[in-house]
Amino acid sequence: MITLSGVRKEYSGEVAIGPVDLRIPRGGVTALVGPNGAGKSTLLTMTGRLLGLDAGVIEIAGHDVARTPSKDLAKVVSVLRQENHFVTRLTVRQLVAFGRFPHSRGRLTAADEEVVSRAIDFLDLGGLENRYLDQLSGGQRQRAYVAMVLSQETEYVLLDEPLNNLDMRHSAQMMRHLRRVAEELERTVVVVLHDINFAGHYADRICAVKDGAVVEFGTPEEIMTGEVLTRVFETPVTVVDGPRGPLAVYY
Amino acid sequence: MTTETPVPQARRGGRLLDGKLLVGTAVVGALVVLSLFTGVYDVFGADDGGEMFAITRVPRTVALVLAGAAMAMSGLVMQLLTQNRFVEPTTTGTTEWAGLGLLTVMVLVPGASIGARMLGAVLAAFVGTMVFFLFLRRVTLRSSLVVPIIGIMLGAVVSAVSTFVALQTDMLQNLGVWFAGSFTSVLRGQYELLWIVALAAVAVFVAADRFTVAGLGEEVATNVGLDYGRVVLLGTGLIAVATGVVTVVVGNLPFLGLIVPNVVSMFRGDDLRGNLPWVCLLGVGTVTVCDLIGRVVIMPFEVPVSLILGVVGAAVFVLLLLRQRRHG
Repeated sequence: MITLSGVRKEYSGEVAIGPVDLRIPRGGVTALVGPNGAGKSTLLTMTGRLLGLDAGVIEIAGHDVARTPSKDLAKVVSVLRQENHFVTRLTVRQLVAFGRFPHSRGRLTAADEEVVSRAIDFLDLGGLENRYLDQLSGGQRQRAYVAMVLSQETEYVLLDEPLNNLDMRHSAQMMRHLRRVAEELERTVVVVLHDINFAGHYADRICAVKDGAVVEFGTPEEIMTGEVLTRVFETPVTVVDGPRGPLAVYY
Repeated sequence: MTTETPVPQARRGGRLLDGKLLVGTAVVGALVVLSLFTGVYDVFGADDGGEMFAITRVPRTVALVLAGAAMAMSGLVMQLLTQNRFVEPTTTGTTEWAGLGLLTVMVLVPGASIGARMLGAVLAAFVGTMVFFLFLRRVTLRSSLVVPIIGIMLGAVVSAVSTFVALQTDMLQNLGVWFAGSFTSVLRGQYELLWIVALAAVAVFVAADRFTVAGLGEEVATNVGLDYGRVVLLGTGLIAVATGVVTVVVGNLPFLGLIVPNVVSMFRGDDLRGNLPWVCLLGVGTVTVCDLIGRVVIMPFEVPVSLILGVVGAAVFVLLLLRQRRHG
């Protein structure tokens, strides 16, 4: 379980986040949604200890992220930011292997290599593992990054807008991968999503963030209503029954 | 593959001694031997040939090997820590800071030992590099070209300060001699401290994976549980030691740390542990070739190696820029 209690982050003057109190249960896919600048990514990055808090406590499976040594935390939670631009030329396999760093400190054992191979296969990167990252398409590269955090074998996986810059096919594919991560590998996936319909279809829980506060938390059925979404996104939203579940129409 | 799982086995271990590397080592080894026997003095014919060989040729060649490897590796580590392909000790002001440190010690303590001068150079190089890194962290420049430009500007300012101090204290000539990096004056009894950089090289080997992870950025590094700040500090320390010591013994070796890691990365990608032997070899090879050219073009006189390196390095730098532009 991830618990945020009284979490605050202050930016220059007016912009502030929190205080946020939130409990994300173990297992499944939890989607963070909300308007631009609501603080979704900030909450996720703070949970992944990439950003410090100004007040409050965040605990992941009982570990206080501010106090637990970073290298111990790296075996509990992995976090992937939205922008990943590497100047280093690494192959897919070399990159994914760095996910084993918390366990191996760089010297890979045969067991580590096997975990790496599994993560690569899990994201269908088998044929690409010796290609350099700069030779891949955006969708393939994104999958390689996800494979890296998977090979870290952490119970909790936090992803900041993994669908950014992906087309329809690759977005749907990525979400199916994340569902499998939650179901087959029994990890807890927390993901910031931009498109509410992806959240409605693939997530088990949706957390709506607005103006630096959590305004809604519930199952897709509870959140995917015209009334709730209109309030969260401050734009008229109608929810219709699509062939595969509710669809938010906002244009 | 004899196992049924199509898993490429550990491709990281056991790769240090592959065939290509042996060939490369042999080529560089031949260059080193050539360097030992190049010079005006007839080390075979003259009575004191053997003695002269030990006094000048051996120290000079050892210095070539150590300085070449150290500067190439410093460039590589710096490029990883800044995530920028165009930085190295001479494009970030590190060398100029080392020079200022050296000068300061010479002014404050006339007749200071070579060890004291080195200490001054290393400390100043460390401070200067940290200033540069802190600046980069503050402004997060996205354009990779602005970074070396700022570094070169910073270096110019520092070297202007050095020139001013030297003018005031009548040391300009020393400064000029020092700025033109050259292996001419490397003699027995004066270069031995250069072995310190071998220790720095070993440390880089040990921490190779950390530097590669840090090269993926602070966030990825933190994610896998690496203390990014400490790695930066360690890297800066090693760069400062290598640059400071080389600066005091040999002088300024421009562009070496820039060309070598980029060429290696082009051919082999950026897996640091596997690349380090190549970076060392190519660094040694490049500096040895440049020194040999410098020694023979106007025989029996010599051209400083920094001059040759500057010409070669500038050409390669421009090529790299063009290549980068083409690749977007």
